[in-house]
Amino acid sequence: MTRTEFMQGNVACAEGALAAGCRFFGGYPITPSTEIAEHMAARLPGRQGTFIQMEDEIASIAAVIGASWSGVRAMTATSGPGFSLMMENIGYAAMTETPCVIVNVQRGGPSTGQPTLAAQGDMLQCRFGSHGDYSIIALAPASVQEMFELTAKAFNLADRYRVPVFLMADEIVGHMRERIVIPDRVEIAERRPLEAGALPFQGGADGVPGFPAFGRGHAVHVTGLTHDERGYPRTNHPKIHEALVTRLVRKVEDARREIADYDAVNPDAEIVFVSYGAPARTVQQVLHDAGDGGIGHLRLKTVWPFPEFALREFRNARTFLVPEMNLGQISREIERHVDQAVVSIPKIGGELHTPGELARAAEGAR
Amino acid sequence: MTFLDWYREDRLPHIYCAGCGNGTVINCTLDAVESMGWSREETVFVSGIGCSSRAPGYIKTDGLHTTHGRALAFATGVKLANPALQVVVFTGDGDLAAIGGNHFIHACRRNVDMTVVCMNNFIYGMTGGQGSPTTPRSALSSTTPYGAEEEPFDLSLLAVAAGANYVARWTSYHVKELTRAIRTGLETPGFSFVEALVQCPTGYGRRNRLREATDMVEYLKTHSILLQKKQRMEREGQEVPPGMIPMGEFVRRNRAVLGARR
Ligand SMILES: Cc1ncc(C[n+]2csc(CCOP(=O)(O)OP(=O)(O)O)c2C)c(N)n1
Ligand code: SF4
Repeated sequence: MTRTEFMQGNVACAEGALAAGCRFFGGYPITPSTEIAEHMAARLPGRQGTFIQMEDEIASIAAVIGASWSGVRAMTATSGPGFSLMMENIGYAAMTETPCVIVNVQRGGPSTGQPTLAAQGDMLQCRFGSHGDYSIIALAPASVQEMFELTAKAFNLADRYRVPVFLMADEIVGHMRERIVIPDRVEIAERRPLEAGALPFQGGADGVPGFPAFGRGHAVHVTGLTHDERGYPRTNHPKIHEALVTRLVRKVEDARREIADYDAVNPDAEIVFVSYGAPARTVQQVLHDAGDGGIGHLRLKTVWPFPEFALREFRNARTFLVPEMNLGQISREIERHVDQAVVSIPKIGGELHTPGELARAAEGAR
Repeated sequence: MTFLDWYREDRLPHIYCAGCGNGTVINCTLDAVESMGWSREETVFVSGIGCSSRAPGYIKTDGLHTTHGRALAFATGVKLANPALQVVVFTGDGDLAAIGGNHFIHACRRNVDMTVVCMNNFIYGMTGGQGSPTTPRSALSSTTPYGAEEEPFDLSLLAVAAGANYVARWTSYHVKELTRAIRTGLETPGFSFVEALVQCPTGYGRRNRLREATDMVEYLKTHSILLQKKQRMEREGQEVPPGMIPMGEFVRRNRAVLGARR
């Protein structure tokens, strides 16, 4: 039975994971993400799942990757400093094509920064934070409802593309309480198992190999070293490295349209806001107050791979306004893709843009 | 079947130097695993990074060759998510005790059901013979050119103190004893730690007047003393010759276990 509840964003994230069949959580407490771990600790044992508080974030993501190879849906949740610690193993997950979900409830940084205040300062780190070339998927929820829905979706994307998927939340959506509708069941797209006779690291037509979970007789060797399609280390072969890393990037980038999730409001507008996460709510207020359809809004729910084609839905756009709780991380990505003016509206310190600030920015762009 | 059936023959030749002790320890481990009657399907080998950590790549089972120092954290996830899997970890002294030291003490404390075989060559082999947390005092390495000044860890005592259910130490010379110890580790529920002192002619021997592989094996043989004998000598007030390394079973106990087969 679908039910309506009043719930905190972090709790909704945990509930979304459970609904999607997550059965392993490994984590280390850090504000403002801790409620996710606490809720998983309370709920997983009753569902034949495992919660473990590891000794640090490096161990947390390592345990999550290990659990994923054991064949279960697995996740961790953290915030900035913990996210930084996870980076080496996130690259390992990308290289070994391990499905897993990493939640980052962003706080002000760099360093320990502002533990209790919101930010969106880790958007580029999640895309590029580990060494080498690779590609990942990142989602950005703007409401408690989306903390639930996008977490569940993250597991499907992780399994579909054999890739780490990030839920890039922020302290505001993590800690706000809202009405949320919890469906009876969520769509679950399970991992495609490795077919008999297929190689564990050979991409098919879509570049994504089936998953050879441990314990099923595949005798798969998983290594972070450059490997061939059997999984055997081949570290001194330029062509093998090129083919592998190119496939890892392409399997995600070439599926941009399939992965993309966004709302395009008032596509005929000349002034267009582009936003994700909590600032999207202020933009929604500005559009509501203006009430004339003269302002457009591209609200991204998928940030990586960047859905640049969505910008072209706004055919009459003269100016893109990009409010972010950082000094302009995604606005730079937008600049790469459009000829129109792109105006970054940065705000850091932990407070959300006010409707007045954004209304004035829109007015100034007219 | 023999333990040789566990090898992934199409991965040979291996990368180990001539005279390296790691091959002996892999043989002993596979012999012990084979004697347990485990199927290849249910057995997973996990490792970090280093010469010793290359072992899973040569074994025909599911294997996870992870990041430097993190093998035990990965293995914890593998085991807890599917306790039906038998998890064996290969690691080196640098991998386990330096970068992985935190994971080591916590895996012992949690007493996760797995067996860890540490090939301790007193050195970082793969990166070219730098000092490690087990490099003996005054031993030479490429980063202790004037002799190591830091006190080394005794990995087995560390594992006992941190809470492992089974701890034993032997050397690559003691093939039978080592195999038996690993087998006991595999049989014992909880965290089992078996330390195998091995010769590394390339990284350690060359710099410490143990140039030939056999020199270092001879050194390990002549500097071994049974733990119980050492304790008895101490009790009786006899002097134990300096530099003798105690071998044998350090602990076998029955603390509560995490991740045992359901
Ligand atoms: C994060 C990180 N730091 C450093 C290294 C480089 N590295 C590779 S192997 C190794 C040391 C291995 O020594 P040990 O664990 O004793 O194993 P051995 O090679 O002696 O068997 C180091 C430092 C690495 N791969 N990753
Ligand atoms: S460097 Fe040492 S440990 Fe590594 S393969 Fe050579 S002998 Fe063995």
